[in-house]
Amino acid sequence: MSDVVEQTLARVEETYRSESRHVLATLIRLLHDFDLAEEALHEAFAAAVEQWPRDGIPANPRTWLVSAGRFKAIDVIRRRARYDASLGELAKSMEIASAETPEEHHESVEDDRLRLIFTCCHPALPPEAQVPMTLREVCNLTTEEIARAFLTKPGTIAQRIVRAKAKIRDARIPYEVPPPSGLQARLDNVLRVVYLVFNEGYSASSGTLLTRADLSGEAIRLGRLLLELLPEPEVLGLLALMLLQESRRAARTSPDGDLILLEQQDRSLWNRAQITEGITLVERALSSRRFGPYTIQAAIAAVHAEALDAGKTDWAQIVGLYDVLMRADPSPVVELNRAVAVGMRDGPLAGLILIENILQRGDLDNYHLAHSARAELCRRVGKMEDAKVSYKRALALAQQEPERRFLERRLAELSHMMS
Amino acid sequence: MKYICLVYVEEKVLNALPKTERKLLSDESMAYCDRLQKMGQLLAASPLHPVETATTVRNRDGKASTTDGPFAETKEQLGGFLMIDVRDLNDAIRIASNFPAARIGSIEVRPMKELGCAD
Repeated sequence: MSDVVEQTLARVEETYRSESRHVLATLIRLLHDFDLAEEALHEAFAAAVEQWPRDGIPANPRTWLVSAGRFKAIDVIRRRARYDASLGELAKSMEIASAETPEEHHESVEDDRLRLIFTCCHPALPPEAQVPMTLREVCNLTTEEIARAFLTKPGTIAQRIVRAKAKIRDARIPYEVPPPSGLQARLDNVLRVVYLVFNEGYSASSGTLLTRADLSGEAIRLGRLLLELLPEPEVLGLLALMLLQESRRAARTSPDGDLILLEQQDRSLWNRAQITEGITLVERALSSRRFGPYTIQAAIAAVHAEALDAGKTDWAQIVGLYDVLMRADPSPVVELNRAVAVGMRDGPLAGLILIENILQRGDLDNYHLAHSARAELCRRVGKMEDAKVSYKRALALAQQEPERRFLERRLAELSHMMS
Repeated sequence: MKYICLVYVEEKVLNALPKTERKLLSDESMAYCDRLQKMGQLLAASPLHPVETATTVRNRDGKASTTDGPFAETKEQLGGFLMIDVRDLNDAIRIASNFPAARIGSIEVRPMKELGCAD
C-alpha cells in the first residue's frame, strides 16, 4: 500500500471517530429511521474507504458523508423494493425529497445532535431505555460497554434499545428540539438522564466498587456538549454540580476502597481545576436569575469546596441554600440534608429533632442514609443505644459493599465505647 | 466484536414456497452478504444442506459413535449462518433483522468468545 493511500485511510478512520455521531444525527433526521440511518452511515464510510484514496479527501468530509449516506439509503430502499413492492413508493418519495433538500450548513448539523439527545431522552420512552439510548447513540458507547457499566447483560440492554427504536418509529416520536413552550420540561428530563448517568458512575447503586469513573466522565462530556448546544442556566448548574462532586473523587475512598465522609476527606486531594471551573459555572448560572435545583445543589457543593478544612464550612450559608432548594424542589431527601446542615450550624440536637420528624412521617423509612444520619446525630448527643439501633437499620438497608463496611465499622466503634 | 448469526427456518415452510419466491429469497440473501462483505462486516456465511443430510457425532470414553440426523427434534432447523464483525450487539441485531430469512424464520445472534474457550 502506498503512503498516500495509507494516510488517507487513517484520515477516514479519524473522521469516523470525530464525525460519525454528527453524520448519524443528520441522517436520522433525513431518513426518519434510526436503523436505516445506521446502515447508511456504514455504507457511507465504506464508500469513503473506496473513494477517498482515489479521488482525494473531500473539502467538507461531513457533508460528503451525509450526502453519500443519503444516496446509499435510497439504494437500500430501492433494493428492498425489488423484493417488497410496498417500498417502491417510499424510495421514489425519498429521491424527490433528497433532490429538494438544500445543502446542509453547520448550524443545522449542530441542531441535529441536540435533536438526537432530545429524542433519546423523550419521556414517551421508558426511563430504563433513555439512559442506554443516550449512551449508545450520543456518546458512542457500545451495547456491551453500557451493559458492563450497569452490571447487566448485553442482551438486556440490546433489547431495551431495539424496543425504544421501534417505539420511536411506530409511535412517530418526533425528531426535534422541543418548541420554546415545552423546552423547559423536556430539558429537565434530558438533565435528569445525564445526572442519572453521572450518579451511576459516582455512587454506583450496587456492587463492590463505590464509583465507576468512566460513567461519570461520560456524563460530564455530555454536560459539556449540552452546554455548547443549549447554554441554559440549569445546564450550567448541572455541569457545575457534576464537576464539583467529581472533584472529590480521589478523596472519597481510601486505598482499600472504603468510604470517607466529606468532613474527614483530605482536601488537598480535591481536584482544584474542576473546582475552579465548577465555581465559575455556578456563578454564571446564579447571575442568570433563572436557575433551578441543579444550580442550587451546585452552589451548596461550591460552599463545601471553598472551605479549606471541614471546620471552616459556612453552614449558615448551606442551610440558607437548602431553604431555597426546599422551595424550588421540595423532597424528603432535601429535607434530610437540610436537617443535617442545621445540626452542623445549631448543634446535633437541633438536627436530630428535624430528622426524627421526617422519619416519623415514614417518608424515608427505607432510605439507609436517613437512618445513618440519625445514628450519627444520636451518637453526638450521647444517645448510644438509639445510635446503635439506627446504624443497624441502615446496615440492613445499604446495598453497597463500601457503605456496609463503613456502617459495620461505626457499629463496632460504638460497641467498643459502650462496653 | 464478532458474532455468529444462526439462521433457523422451518424447512417445510421453505419447501412450500413457490420456486420463483425461493429464488428471490436466495438472490436477495446473496446480495445482502455481498454488501456486508464490501463494508468489511462479513467474515463468512453459508446456507446449509437440509437437515436430513446431518450426522451427529459423539466421543465417549474413547468410543466414537455417529447417529443419523440432528441432535434434537425441533420445529425450526439450522439452515445457514453468518459470521460478522461489527461494533456491538445492537449492530449485530440490526444486520440480522434485515437478513431476508428473518422474515420467515428466526436468527439467533451469539457473541463469539475472543480469547480461547475458557472465560
